[in-house]
Amino acid sequence: MAQTKNVLLVGVGGQGTILVGKILSSGLVNAGFDVKMSEVHGMAQRGGSVSNQVRYGEKVYSPIISKGQADILVAFESMEALRWLEYLNPKGKVVVNDYQIPSAPILMGKQDYPEGVLDILKEKADTSVVKAAKLAQELGNIKSMNIVLFGALVKGMQLTNINWEQVIKNNVKPKTVEVNIKAFRAGLNAVS
Amino acid sequence: MKQLLTGNEAVVQGAYEAGVTYACAYPGTPSTEILENIAAYKEEITAEWAPNEKTALESSIGACYAGARSLAAMKMVGVNVAADPLFSFSYSGVNGGLVLVSADDPGMHSSQNEQDNRYYAKFAKLAMLEPSNSQECRDMIKAAYEISEKFNTPILFRMTTRVSHSKSLVEAGERTPIEKKPYVKNLQKYDLVPAVSRVLHRKVEERLKDLEQFSNETDINFIEWNDKAIGIISSGVAYEYAREVFGNSASYLKLGFTYPLPMEKIQQFAAQVKTLYVIEELEPYLEEQIKAAGIACIGKEKIPVLGELTPDIIAKVLLNKENSLIAYDDSSVANRPPSLCAGCPHRGFFYALAKRKNIMISGDIGCYGLGGAEPLLAKDMSVCMGASISVGHGAQQTFTKFQDKYRVVATIGDSTFFHTGVNSLMHIAYNQSKTVTCILDNRITGMTGHQENPGTGYTLQGKPTKIVDIPELCKAIGIEHIRIINPNDLTEVNDALDWALSLDEPSVIITRWPCVLKKHSTEDKSEFGDYRTNCDVDLNKCIGCKACIKTGCPALRFDKPIKKVKIDSAQCIGCGVCQQVCPVKAIAKVAK
Repeated sequence: MAQTKNVLLVGVGGQGTILVGKILSSGLVNAGFDVKMSEVHGMAQRGGSVSNQVRYGEKVYSPIISKGQADILVAFESMEALRWLEYLNPKGKVVVNDYQIPSAPILMGKQDYPEGVLDILKEKADTSVVKAAKLAQELGNIKSMNIVLFGALVKGMQLTNINWEQVIKNNVKPKTVEVNIKAFRAGLNAVS
Repeated sequence: MKQLLTGNEAVVQGAYEAGVTYACAYPGTPSTEILENIAAYKEEITAEWAPNEKTALESSIGACYAGARSLAAMKMVGVNVAADPLFSFSYSGVNGGLVLVSADDPGMHSSQNEQDNRYYAKFAKLAMLEPSNSQECRDMIKAAYEISEKFNTPILFRMTTRVSHSKSLVEAGERTPIEKKPYVKNLQKYDLVPAVSRVLHRKVEERLKDLEQFSNETDINFIEWNDKAIGIISSGVAYEYAREVFGNSASYLKLGFTYPLPMEKIQQFAAQVKTLYVIEELEPYLEEQIKAAGIACIGKEKIPVLGELTPDIIAKVLLNKENSLIAYDDSSVANRPPSLCAGCPHRGFFYALAKRKNIMISGDIGCYGLGGAEPLLAKDMSVCMGASISVGHGAQQTFTKFQDKYRVVATIGDSTFFHTGVNSLMHIAYNQSKTVTCILDNRITGMTGHQENPGTGYTLQGKPTKIVDIPELCKAIGIEHIRIINPNDLTEVNDALDWALSLDEPSVIITRWPCVLKKHSTEDKSEFGDYRTNCDVDLNKCIGCKACIKTGCPALRFDKPIKKVKIDSAQCIGCGVCQQVCPVKAIAKVAK
């Protein structure tokens, strides 16, 4: 593979984007790629906008993705997909969680949650909407929605030949292995 | 086996392999994880949190004088606090090797200014190394200890946020056990009185010449020849960005040993390329020295001096190249600013404080800085760690002198109080301003991610230890009026503020309640009990007045269609602040 691939994971602090970045990177390293990963987050431990960037290929230099260069944008929260859309390569893909977390100005009534986010995304890019929260809830743990999205990411980037279930086992708490593997499979099946 | 490590983790790996036995720091983003990770080597390395960066560096200097390889780590503004010993330490030099890691924050992801600490190496006359990625962090730290001991110099190890916090592959090795060097009393080296320092300054200048020769010879500074039409001199993560943009279409002089600079190597490189670019983040540190040596180059005419550098910026300003982007209107995307957590014990206190009239609120560095955001707006200023109390004092003295109606309330966290706030409180006690100092004791160092401090009862490596008693400490330095309150109880907060503002003398209010995200110690459990519950809104009683929303709690949401407030039970921990501000008593505590 000549070209470096760029994965941009965005969400809200506490959603588990960092863990997904870790699982993805770990599997890519096992598969023999050079990998760089960078977290960008503000001061808040919780509630702020969070992004995690993973770049892989034969040889990777910059740990950060340039605007217009992400091959896939995985948004763990709907509005965050719109915030980061300029980072997506116009030929890239969006995987977006059908899940909204209102930010502080919205909670206070100073701003509104944008209308029609999913429609805008579908109009502008190759977008797959995943009902990750609903799927995770059905599997018994809403927190595993990050792994549902990870499954969709693996499908979207055509990385299905890596043994991800083993990587997931190595990276999550033992008592959540089962639900997370189920969540991963649900994510794989959630996108075409 | 190669591992994916952050730069901070790779520094730890390198320091471990280099035989470091003492490490000390004060937490600060992006440096914090260095000491958190080094602490795991409980057998081999004594790792400690210091109350501030000056004490961290000084104790590392002591360990180095005693003969150990030692490490101090801090964020860039912390080096300002440690600058005093640093300049003198440059004169004495080392016994065991010493590395000071400065983690700079271009882009100010979590800092109050943008500061290029490479100038400290030049100013304090220290050897400097500057890694570009995690592998270099590991390799260069090992080299740093060799250089430190060989040339009798402290090392400034300059990282940036993107080097500290990005992950890349690292090939690691085994620890080489290093014998502690014997300590030999030597007043001519360690006793920095004027007669000694005059002699040592001469030696420092000679050392810099030797180091420059080393800088020219070491392969830490290396050339990659490609097309010679464009030559690029770069260091740190800027090198990775330059490499990303120019690929093999340009030649590179990659600098990893960046003080003193390898001027001979730079001359040779510059002579062979047609156009020379100096690509560096923040200040023109390399460029100034290169231009001063009479070498023509292009740098800050094109590359911005503000903010974090990115490959996009380099491509745009040097190659006039921009990626095509998806055109869309993002004006409807709401902001997502950081905010005090649901159940944060600072919320009740700030809510009550901000309601007061004619108050200047002098703020400080920590989570409680977020109290300045909407809707609380409980902060007027914030300068640097520990400054709230002394800034407040100066303002109060001025208001008092000019009979201005304003009163000053200074707010500071427990860890920040130990850092340098205690010095400022001594200043107040000594000079007797009627400043109200509020120590917001949440039983942990919050913002950097829950580090122990002298008030928590545990050390970095998990040993139970003595606890500094904040009220007793305040008494000991001369504060006579002290109250300890529960900040979630608004009546207590208001009573304490009334009391403090009625006094013509200095007072201290200590709010004592643990951080909502903190893992409770056995001491916390016995003191605060199992208080976590839930609040719920009786929708029949709620009149939609939004009084509770004004507390800024992220668990509360105004539901526009029904004009009522709802509480997210997953976030709520039942602190009860919203319950106290509801005018119609529509909010009640319910079992979790």
